[in-house]
Amino acid sequence: MCNFKGIFSSFLILFFIHTNFSNAEEIKIPKYDWTFKGITGTFDRSALQRGYQVYTEVCASCHSMNLLSYRNLGEKGGPEFSVEQVKAIAANFEVTDGPNSDGEMFTRPGRPSDRFVSPYPNIEAATAANGGAYPPDMSVLVKARKGGADYIYAVLMGYTEPPADFQLEDGVYYNKYMDGNKIKMSNPLADDLVSYADGTNATQAQMAKDVTTFLTWAAEPHLETRHKLGFKVVIFLIILSTLVYFSMRKLWSRIDPKD
Amino acid sequence: MNDSKKKTNRRDFLFTASYTVGAVGIGATIWPFIDQMNPDSSVKALATTEVDISQIEPGKSITVLWRGKPVFIKRRTETEISEAKAVNLDDLKHPEKDEDRVKKAEWLVMMGICSHLGCVPLSDKGDYNGWFCPCHGSHYDTSGRIRKGPAPTNMEIPKYAFIDDNTIRIG
Amino acid sequence: MSEHTYTPKSKFGKWFNDRLPLLSLASHLTDYPTPKNLNYWWTFGGILTFCLLSQIITGLVLAMHYVAHADLAFNSVEHIMRDVNYGWLIRYIHSNGASMFFLAVYIHIFRSLFYGSYKSPREIIWILGMIIYLLMMATAFMGYVLPWGQMSFWGATVITNLFSAIPLFGESITTWLWGGYSVDNPTLTRFFSLHYLFPFLILGLVILHIWALHVPGNNNPIGIDVKKPSKDTVPFHPYITIKDLFALLIFLIIFSGFIFFAPNVLGHSDNYIQANPLVTPKHIVPEWYLLPFYAILRSVPDKLGGVILMFGSIFILMALPWLDSSKVRSSVFRPLNKIFFWVLVIDVLALGYVGAMPAEGLYLVVARVGTLYYFAHFLVILPLLSRIEKTQPLPLSITEPVLTGMPKVEFIKSDKPDV
Repeated sequence: MCNFKGIFSSFLILFFIHTNFSNAEEIKIPKYDWTFKGITGTFDRSALQRGYQVYTEVCASCHSMNLLSYRNLGEKGGPEFSVEQVKAIAANFEVTDGPNSDGEMFTRPGRPSDRFVSPYPNIEAATAANGGAYPPDMSVLVKARKGGADYIYAVLMGYTEPPADFQLEDGVYYNKYMDGNKIKMSNPLADDLVSYADGTNATQAQMAKDVTTFLTWAAEPHLETRHKLGFKVVIFLIILSTLVYFSMRKLWSRIDPKD
Repeated sequence: MNDSKKKTNRRDFLFTASYTVGAVGIGATIWPFIDQMNPDSSVKALATTEVDISQIEPGKSITVLWRGKPVFIKRRTETEISEAKAVNLDDLKHPEKDEDRVKKAEWLVMMGICSHLGCVPLSDKGDYNGWFCPCHGSHYDTSGRIRKGPAPTNMEIPKYAFIDDNTIRIG
Repeated sequence: MSEHTYTPKSKFGKWFNDRLPLLSLASHLTDYPTPKNLNYWWTFGGILTFCLLSQIITGLVLAMHYVAHADLAFNSVEHIMRDVNYGWLIRYIHSNGASMFFLAVYIHIFRSLFYGSYKSPREIIWILGMIIYLLMMATAFMGYVLPWGQMSFWGATVITNLFSAIPLFGESITTWLWGGYSVDNPTLTRFFSLHYLFPFLILGLVILHIWALHVPGNNNPIGIDVKKPSKDTVPFHPYITIKDLFALLIFLIIFSGFIFFAPNVLGHSDNYIQANPLVTPKHIVPEWYLLPFYAILRSVPDKLGGVILMFGSIFILMALPWLDSSKVRSSVFRPLNKIFFWVLVIDVLALGYVGAMPAEGLYLVVARVGTLYYFAHFLVILPLLSRIEKTQPLPLSITEPVLTGMPKVEFIKSDKPDV
């Protein structure tokens, strides 16, 4: 009997080995030790703030983030900008509002309750302006990609010289980690592209790291609360199940199994 | 029960502890399911509205939406102000001085909700030149105070502030 | 059953109970004599009841915030995740809850297979269970469509297209299912409506399932009939309730692990991309719990054949009590069946695994062998085993596990339900 189980489990293990083999042809994405990983992971506040700066100064010229509002930037567990900072950030943007009492649309300075202003009025406009490739909305991008934060970081850092025999069409760039090694976005980051408000040295890797952290938060804004609550819940359940276990033993001790 | 007293105690303690911890757990589990019906953060974020009042002529009023409810902003004329001030407090069902209901005498900012059952009163109607609620016939004066009809109290004054001479922030 | 003996103590209680015997029912449920040797595989009934109620309650809450419209559904789910108080928690409980529900139901089904719980006199319980399982799959499938992500949309497209395999009426049936010429807003709104309805049908069937169970009483790991109540049984409350509770708590720890620390690991990242009818994701895979059937579907090179085989693989289970005619229930005393049981487990796991892989090369071979074995297990092996297998001697009662020769056949035949 045990033999049988043994045979079949090795059969099963063989399968997994086989998949690992076939996966080897796929591009391996390097794992990065993010602060938000693991069961007690939290976001690095200053990385989130810098990441927002990178997003707004670099990515936002093409990528929308229409599920986020400026108020989110001040909420707990996020970049935690102060109320005044959030208001100032929001006020920097021109928001289309209306119609007013004359039936006209008008623009006004943004408020914290406004959604992030999109660079293009609609998907078609965004696609047309970017050579037929829609720059995806970044609100849940990290959750929408296999590999998550590691993948985003890898792509941002994956622009290298293509192999000599690699054919690239116009407006297509080589990227080590992109599917098919082709990407329609040119390398968005370069050293000192932004000058960080907190004086951090803006290397390409630093910016990639910061913006990835920011995008991870954007995709999962309650990650910190989730980790904290989860920790408490699991501790609680362990205590309760221990109590119930001993109560059960006590109760069942009345029933002699041999009786 | 043949258990010794000590055994019984330990068992009772175990059961009581299990029940207590379990009850705490159930209580804590119920809270998210209740709290989810409270206003969410996008609703709370809309808790303030800024209104431009520079275009309002004396004697006219505008209605703006705040928290899903109408707010009347009325630029009162001198007659309306003096009318409101002249009222004897003893004649009022819900005595409030006009001065206590406005920040600047010229501007009356008030929830456009009848205190009876929540209808929206009509402006410049009724026996007191103020508002008249068509639902059940409540008459309000130029300060929005209840004068006649079933409504129990004056129309409510929301929290608001003048940011500058031309802008009011409600909430 | 105990209804006949129970009389409430208080006068009001008696008055009430004479008119609506709720107290008798409660007393029956508490005193319900249960075999005392039930192991932890038997706690999944309670766990499943919890899962169903948890899904209904969290679903009720989600429906308060969700908008069933093709243009708004995706964003309304994100609104729940971001803005609604504890919305992220409730949605993750619901989405991971579906997986936990299926995990528990698979353990429950395989427990039944191992211990022969589907055998006489429990055939109706088994068939009701299979109908519940079918409804669960339908409910889960429609629920997966609601967030209106890429996998929702394309999953819905692929599954509804299964019906187009039906000769003559196929096209009209899919058009009817869709309410249009493709999966679109009408499809979404009807799926939402049915997704809301089905759990209550399941609840009704669960009540029948338990009712049918309470007629002959529980099977047990030894699979022999027990006298009720007797030395072999314990009252359901508190002995079984506390055991079920303990198992549920352990289950909840695992469940919480998913909810709080890996909430998206069982989902597919493509479902965080809003549905786009112009772009199909590279690999369309159903949720893990449907993978074995997906593998069976793809193992046949013919459209209609695949569909027939897939539905056949589920419906064949309904006939199980008559395919396996062995008098001995528990596989503990069926040395051959025990082996084939594990082969079936491996087979289903392997099918699930290849279901997640592209249908090509070795994967396709495994899928075909697996499918073949699956049907052979039920149609050939089980009927054959029940004839040729030499079973081991059964104990006479739970309290006397001493093996004293083969039991008489009359003993194995069930007692008439004592109602």
